[in-house]
Amino acid sequence: MTDTLVPRLPLGQWVDWLVDWVTTTFRPLFRFIKDVLGGVYDGLDAVLASPPFWVVAIVLAVLALLAKNWKLALGSLVGFVVIAGVNQWDNAMETLALVLLSAAIALLVAIPLGIWAARNDRVSAIVRPVLDFMQTMPGFVYLIPTVVIFLTGPVPGIIATIIFAMAPGVRFTELGIRQVDKEVVEAGHAFGATPARILGQIQLPLALPTVMAGVNQVIMLSLSMVVLAGMVGAGGLGEDVVAALQRVDVALGFEAGIAVVILAMFLDRVTAALGERAPVSRALVAARD
Amino acid sequence: MTAPSITPPAGTSAPAEPSTSAPPAPDVAVAVRGVSKVFGRRPAEAMRRLAQGASRDDVKALGTAAVIDASFDVRRGEIFVVMGLSGSGKSTLIRMLNGLLKPTSGQVLIGGENLAATDAKQLRALRRSSVSMVFQHFALLPHRTVLDNAAYPLEIQGVGKAERREKARTAIELTGLGGWEDSLPSQLSGGMRQRVGLARALAADTDVLLMDEAFSALDPLIRREMQEQLIELQQRLGKTIIFITHDLNEAMHLGDRIAVMRDGRIVQIGTAEQILSDPANDYVAQFVADVDRTRVLTASSVMVRPAVVVPVTGGPRQASRAMREAQVPAAFVVDRQRVLRGVVHDDDAVAALKAGQESVEGIVRDAVTPVSPDTPLAEIFAPAAESSLPVAVTDDTGRLVGVVPRVTLLEAMVPPDQPQTDESVPGRQATDPTPDGDAPTDRVAADEGGAR
Repeated sequence: MTDTLVPRLPLGQWVDWLVDWVTTTFRPLFRFIKDVLGGVYDGLDAVLASPPFWVVAIVLAVLALLAKNWKLALGSLVGFVVIAGVNQWDNAMETLALVLLSAAIALLVAIPLGIWAARNDRVSAIVRPVLDFMQTMPGFVYLIPTVVIFLTGPVPGIIATIIFAMAPGVRFTELGIRQVDKEVVEAGHAFGATPARILGQIQLPLALPTVMAGVNQVIMLSLSMVVLAGMVGAGGLGEDVVAALQRVDVALGFEAGIAVVILAMFLDRVTAALGERAPVSRALVAARD
Repeated sequence: MTAPSITPPAGTSAPAEPSTSAPPAPDVAVAVRGVSKVFGRRPAEAMRRLAQGASRDDVKALGTAAVIDASFDVRRGEIFVVMGLSGSGKSTLIRMLNGLLKPTSGQVLIGGENLAATDAKQLRALRRSSVSMVFQHFALLPHRTVLDNAAYPLEIQGVGKAERREKARTAIELTGLGGWEDSLPSQLSGGMRQRVGLARALAADTDVLLMDEAFSALDPLIRREMQEQLIELQQRLGKTIIFITHDLNEAMHLGDRIAVMRDGRIVQIGTAEQILSDPANDYVAQFVADVDRTRVLTASSVMVRPAVVVPVTGGPRQASRAMREAQVPAAFVVDRQRVLRGVVHDDDAVAALKAGQESVEGIVRDAVTPVSPDTPLAEIFAPAAESSLPVAVTDDTGRLVGVVPRVTLLEAMVPPDQPQTDESVPGRQATDPTPDGDAPTDRVAADEGGAR
């Protein structure tokens, strides 16, 4: 029925043409982006992967200690030993480098965009459906055009991850700022503060716990996307997961998978703890004592 | 008293106190001239209809008319209270006084400067130098200490750290929060948090202080305490305070003058006593019906001439005759300057007459503690209970200026009758015997009390 009632809509064809056009028109720009991102990634990976395993593991455990407590530090250390024990350490560090780089760039775009959307209803109305689109489109669909544009390697994975993981960063930032007690913002205005001061001294500090929840979400989404990016040869744990899938290798799949889980837990707990350390959150904890 | 007839015709509603064109007098701190605020899509069209006398409901389709044609002058050093129920437009009104909201029409002048003529930068400068604000829910920065919260306006003004901390410390001492400087707001009770809010506004050291339902979120005892403190601070610092509240008792207690708002319009401006004893319309009358009148009305507004006054030089015969004629058991004794000396009782006078005494001087007893004309009625009950005699009202020099009989005291507590029934005696309701059925009962009760 449908093929007679509704003519075939060549939506995919159009997007294909668009991607082709973009690829040829902006080739120098993309080359530049690929060189820069690839270079930064290589550097980050070198920092994480070249020192001996135990040095990096201890540094990360100390970070966990600073962010939260010795329990998290000890748990992280045990986790890292397990990763090394299943011989996934190098892959895990590649994945970590991918996550950190992608999440950092995603946040660099997302937080200012969130601030803008919180201050301007029109921006908010435009940004919201775009974010919905970006977040609900199956993640690996982004890999297709990015591979067309950037070929294989870590860079298409990073680009796809940035797009896929950005949405909660924007959303939580906007929500956090909009949730700030209207009266407190009014107080800033009433005492003659400039908009910049109100943003920096009232809105952002009070929104920080919510913004940090967004940061946490961005990092977790980045991790899930980075694993998928293994399909386009982005390297890291994802590559072993994809290899295990192709060979139906349960053992390898589990080992790579458990390394992803440990990394995820480490990143989640540490970023969540950072959110709890926001001055506003600490002020509320102080009240309960 | 029925609701429908309450809305007054537009032309007569707002007491057009200051004219809309004349510059404000030099002692006027804040001048509000025909200010209206309409939220919504077509404010201009709504304004046009409101000017023609349309009510808030008439222009609903065009927008929400929060404030309609408000005009008043607030004098320097005055506590001016804007009172109205929620939705009456009072919060919108106060936010137009420091430019947080822009009036749809009309002018706001702060110290002679027209707010509408300022750009964003000038407006910020004006807020820093002239108007500060205290908020209903305190609006403190939760991650800053009490001291740093109080210092925040000074930080915005660009005052150096040491100096602003010093000034903030002084303001905190003033509000009675000394010793809590390093606490966080979340560690304080509601009353203490509002003290921080008040300290912050005082630290800004502006002439005008806007207080938006500042004590409404506090429990009654704390609220009372804060009101007393505000009055004391105002007397010490001489700030001009514009206070918004929905609580009539609070308005009456704090306000030198009160503006009553209803449906966006100011329906009456006057002192507490004026509003109580001469309400502009049914709405105000209904509103003030359940106010604690004893805290608002003062001795001077209810006192009457004493029935009998005996000169201290007079004889016992003259005294006893005067008392018999007036049918009172005792009389106040005054000297030539009408300074109160005490009371003389009829049985003492009769005894003195039998004993052949020449003057009443020997039988004068101490009068019950006299009260001043400014004493609220609430504080007259105790002296009134001490004896069956009326309470004497004396001025600063001790001269007897009037008395408050118990009957009058009780009558004053009954709200005035509806304006339409006793328009013949405007302004005298408080002292006139009320013609309704309850009053005689009161009088009997008073007499019984007197006999005991």
